[in-house]
Amino acid sequence: MSQRHDLGPTAQIPPGEGRNFDVAGRRVAVFRTRDGRVFATQAACPHRGGPLADGLVGDGVVVCPLHEWRFDLASGETLNGTCPLEVYDLTVDPVGNLTLELP
Amino acid sequence: MNTQTQTMAHNGRQTQSQKQRLVVIGNGMAGARTVEEILARGGGDQFDITMFGEEPYGNYNRILLSNVVNGSQDASEIFLNSLPWYEENGIRLHAGVRATKVERIARLVYGRSASGIEIVEPYDKLILATGSRPFIPPIKNVRGADGQLRPGVFGFRTLDDCHAIMAAAAQSKRAVVIGGGLLGLEAARGLLTHGCEVHLIHLSALLMNQQLDREAAGILRTAIERMGIVPHLGVSTAEIRVAPGDGQSAGLADAGDAGRVTGVVLKDDSIIDCDMVVISTGIQANSSLALESGLTVERGIVVDNHMRSVDDFSVYVVGECAQHRGVTYGLVAPLWDQAKVLADHITERNPNAIYTGSKLATKLKVMGIELASMGAPDPAHETDEVVVFSEPKRGRYKKLVIRNGRLVGAIMLGDLDKVAYLTQAFDKNSPLPEERLSLLFDVGTPAKKVTLDEMPADAQICNCNGVSKAAIGSCVAAGKRTPKLVMEGTRAGMGCGSCKALVSELVAWFCGGQAEEDPSVHYYVPTIPLAKKELSEAIVARGLRSVSSVFAALADGKEDATSKPALASLLSVVWKGGQIEERDARFINDRVHGNIQKDGTFSVVPEMAGGICTASELRRIADVAERYQVPLIKLTGGQRIDLVGVRKEDLPAVWRDLRMPAGYAWGKSYRTCKSCIGVDYCRFGLGDSMALAVKVEQRFRGIESPGKLKLATAGCPRNCSEALVKDVGAVAVEGGKWEIYVGGAAGSHVRKGDLLCTVDSHDEVLRLSGRFIEYYRQNAKYKERSYTFVERIGIERIRAIIVEDSDKLAAALDAAIEQSSADALRDPWQEGDHPVTPNQFRSSLPVGGG
Repeated sequence: MSQRHDLGPTAQIPPGEGRNFDVAGRRVAVFRTRDGRVFATQAACPHRGGPLADGLVGDGVVVCPLHEWRFDLASGETLNGTCPLEVYDLTVDPVGNLTLELP
Repeated sequence: MNTQTQTMAHNGRQTQSQKQRLVVIGNGMAGARTVEEILARGGGDQFDITMFGEEPYGNYNRILLSNVVNGSQDASEIFLNSLPWYEENGIRLHAGVRATKVERIARLVYGRSASGIEIVEPYDKLILATGSRPFIPPIKNVRGADGQLRPGVFGFRTLDDCHAIMAAAAQSKRAVVIGGGLLGLEAARGLLTHGCEVHLIHLSALLMNQQLDREAAGILRTAIERMGIVPHLGVSTAEIRVAPGDGQSAGLADAGDAGRVTGVVLKDDSIIDCDMVVISTGIQANSSLALESGLTVERGIVVDNHMRSVDDFSVYVVGECAQHRGVTYGLVAPLWDQAKVLADHITERNPNAIYTGSKLATKLKVMGIELASMGAPDPAHETDEVVVFSEPKRGRYKKLVIRNGRLVGAIMLGDLDKVAYLTQAFDKNSPLPEERLSLLFDVGTPAKKVTLDEMPADAQICNCNGVSKAAIGSCVAAGKRTPKLVMEGTRAGMGCGSCKALVSELVAWFCGGQAEEDPSVHYYVPTIPLAKKELSEAIVARGLRSVSSVFAALADGKEDATSKPALASLLSVVWKGGQIEERDARFINDRVHGNIQKDGTFSVVPEMAGGICTASELRRIADVAERYQVPLIKLTGGQRIDLVGVRKEDLPAVWRDLRMPAGYAWGKSYRTCKSCIGVDYCRFGLGDSMALAVKVEQRFRGIESPGKLKLATAGCPRNCSEALVKDVGAVAVEGGKWEIYVGGAAGSHVRKGDLLCTVDSHDEVLRLSGRFIEYYRQNAKYKERSYTFVERIGIERIRAIIVEDSDKLAAALDAAIEQSSADALRDPWQEGDHPVTPNQFRSSLPVGGG
C-alpha cells in the first residue's frame, strides 16, 4: 500500500546537493545530481545518524558528513560501511515537480 | 610439424585446441610461482602447461625448510601447491621425473622417472626453472666413492635433505655446520633443537659477511654463542675425518662402520670431533641441461630483460638458475619479480615488461635473533652518509647507508621496529625524511612497541574507526593490496589519520612485502591522473574556474564526491578569488560556515583576534546563547568562545545578533592565532605578542589552505601560547627579534616546529609567514598538514626558498598571498541575510501537496 507525495519543484534543491523533506511524519533525504538525476533515501545515516542530505554527492554516491560512510544512491548499498540505506521511488514530471512514493 | 604430431601421439596426448604447449622444467618455488603468475594473467587459455619436477612432491616453500629442521613446522605445512592443485588448474605434473635433455631444434624435452621410464614432451615455449644446488667446496673425503656426499655429510637445500638431517641429528652428539651465512646459521639453530652440540665453521671472520659489517657480525656472534653454538671463524675446512678402514666405501653407515664421519680437520690442522656435517656454503646454478642444449651459461643461464635465454627466444629462464646482467640471485624476492615479468611477457599481457634486477633484503628467521639487512652493509662512496646506533651489550645495532637522500643499505639487529618502513623506502628508492633519528627509532611514542608479527589479531589499529589488525588482514585477503584500497574498504586511517603509516606497514606485512603501490597516491585527487603542480597548470591553461568544469575537462565528466572539496580548495589557490564557487563541491561546514556536530547541529565561533574581546561582545554572546537556547558555551583551544549545538536554521539569526565576524573555525583554512599576554603586563615579556596576533588574524583570516592552519605568537621563549607546536609560530627573543617556527603540531601528531628564520619586526613576521603559507598552499597535498609538508620538503629546502629566495619565487608568493588575503575580506556570515543556494539554512522542508 504505497503512498504518493508531491514534493514540489526540483529547484528547491541546489544541483549536486541534498535537502531533507518531512513527509507524513517521516524525514526523507532527496538528492539532485548535477547531471539532473534525483534520488530519495532515508535521512539519517545507519551508522550514527548523520544527516545524509548534508553529504557530498558525486557519481551517484553520497558520503555521510560525519564519518564518511558511502552509499550508492540508486540501490542504497553501502560501499564501506556495514548497513545499507532504504531508498524510495522518486520521479520528476516534465515541468520539474517531484513525486515521492513511500512504501 | 610432423615430428611433433607423432611425438604427441606417441606420448598418448592429442591436443585439439589452438593452445600453445608450455613446458616448465622445475617445480620449485620459481617454476610454480611463474606458472601461478601465468595463470593469473589468463595463461590457462593460451597454454597447455606441463611441468617436470624432480622431487616426488608438489611444490613447497623452501624458505621455511629451516622451520622443518628445527621442528617448529611439519613438512606437510610448508607445501605451497599440493598435488591436487595441478589437476585443478589443468597442469600435467611429471612428479619425480628428471628432465634429461632439451632438443631445441625439434623443441622436445626428454625426461626419465626414478623407475627409468622415458618421457618426451614437445613444446612451443619452454621455461627453465631448474634452480640451484648447494655448492660443495673441495674438501677431502667430502664425497664417497660414488661421487655423492658421504653418509653423515649433508647439503641443506631440499626437503629430502631436511628429513635426512633431522634423522641424523636425532642420533648425533656433535654436529658441525660449514658456512656461516644465512642458511648455515638457520641450520645450526635447527640442529640445536635436536639436542646435539653444534659447531659452526665459517671462512670469513664475519658471520653473514655478505650482509653484515664487522660490528653487527660481532654482535651476532655473541648472540649465537649465548644460544650454545660454538663458532670457528676465519678458518676453512681441509678434510672430513672418517673412521679408519676402507675410507672410500660409501653406503655402509651403520655405527662403528668404517667410513663413518668422526670429525673435521681445519686448514690449521686443528680437529673438531663430530658425527655429522652440514654444508651450507652457497649455491650453484643447475645449468647443465641448458649448457648441453647449447645455451649460453656463465654462473647461471644468461637471460635478457624479458627473462628469455639470449640464444633462443622460445626458452625462458627464471629463478636461481638465471643470470641477469651478470647477477644470479639466491633469495626469494628476486624470483617473484622475475616471475611477474616472465608471465607478463610470455602471455603478451605486457610485451614491454622488463626485469631490471632486484634489490636484496633479508631477514634472519631463526628464533631469538631479530636481524634484517638490505643492500650493501658498508658505504661505497665518500659522500655516502652513514647513520649508526650501537648498543652491543643489549645486542642492538642499527645502521643505515644513505646515498643522495635515499637508502642503499641497512642493518637492523635486535630491534625490527622500523624495518617495514625501511624496506619500503629501500625497495621504492623513495626519499627519506631529513630527521634521520626517526629512521632508527619511533621518536616520541611509547618505548616498547610490539612488532607486527607479535601484534595480536584483535589489536585495534585505527582508534577512530575501530579497525583491527584482523580486519585489515581480511581486506588484503579479499584482494585489496594497496594501503589506499584497504583504507577505503575498512575506513582505517580515515579518522584523524595518525595510524595511516601503521596501516600501510600492515598492508605490506599481510602482502608478504609484496604490497602494490597505487599510482593515484601521487595524484592530487585519485580520479584525475595529475600531481598538484600539473593539475594546477592544466587548470590555468584550460581556464577551468569551477569544480564541475574540471571534472568535465579532465575526468571525462565523471564526478568523485570526496575529490570535490579538494578541487574547490585548489581553485581558490589558483584563481585567488577569480574561481566560480559551486557550493555542492564544498563540505557541509563550508556550505553553512559552521562546524557540524554529531547531532547535525553546528558550532558557532566568532572571530576574537588574539583572544581579546570587549565587554559588550561578551554580553552579546551571552544574549545570543540565551535567546537561541545554545546548549553549550565552551572556550576553544584557540582562545575563542564556541557556541555549540546551534540548529542550522538558527545560524543566520545567531550571526546577525552576534554582530561579530566569522572565526573560520570550521574549514581547511587559516583558523586562529593564539597569543600570550605579551609585554604590556607580563614581567617576562620581550615582544608584543598580542598586537602581532591581531595583525596575523587580520592578514590571514579566511584564507583557504590544504589543511587547517593554527598559528600562535609568544612574547618570550617560555612559549605560554605554545607557538613551537603550531603550523606557524612566532616567538619573541631578546633584542627585539622574532623567531619564526613552521611545521609544529600538537594534535594526533606531536612535533616541534622547525626554526625557519629570525627577523626584526612584526612586518617581517607577517611577510615571511605569508610567504611560507602561500608556498604551502601551492605545493601541499590536500589535507596534508604543515608538519608532514615541512618534513617531506625538508626545512633546509624550505628555508632556501622562503628566506634566501633561491628559486626566485618570493615576489610571486608575496603577491599571491596578498591577493588571496584581499579576496578573503568578505565575511561568509553575511550569507545569513543573502543565501547563495535555495534553502541553504533549512534542516528540512515541509511537504506542500498531497
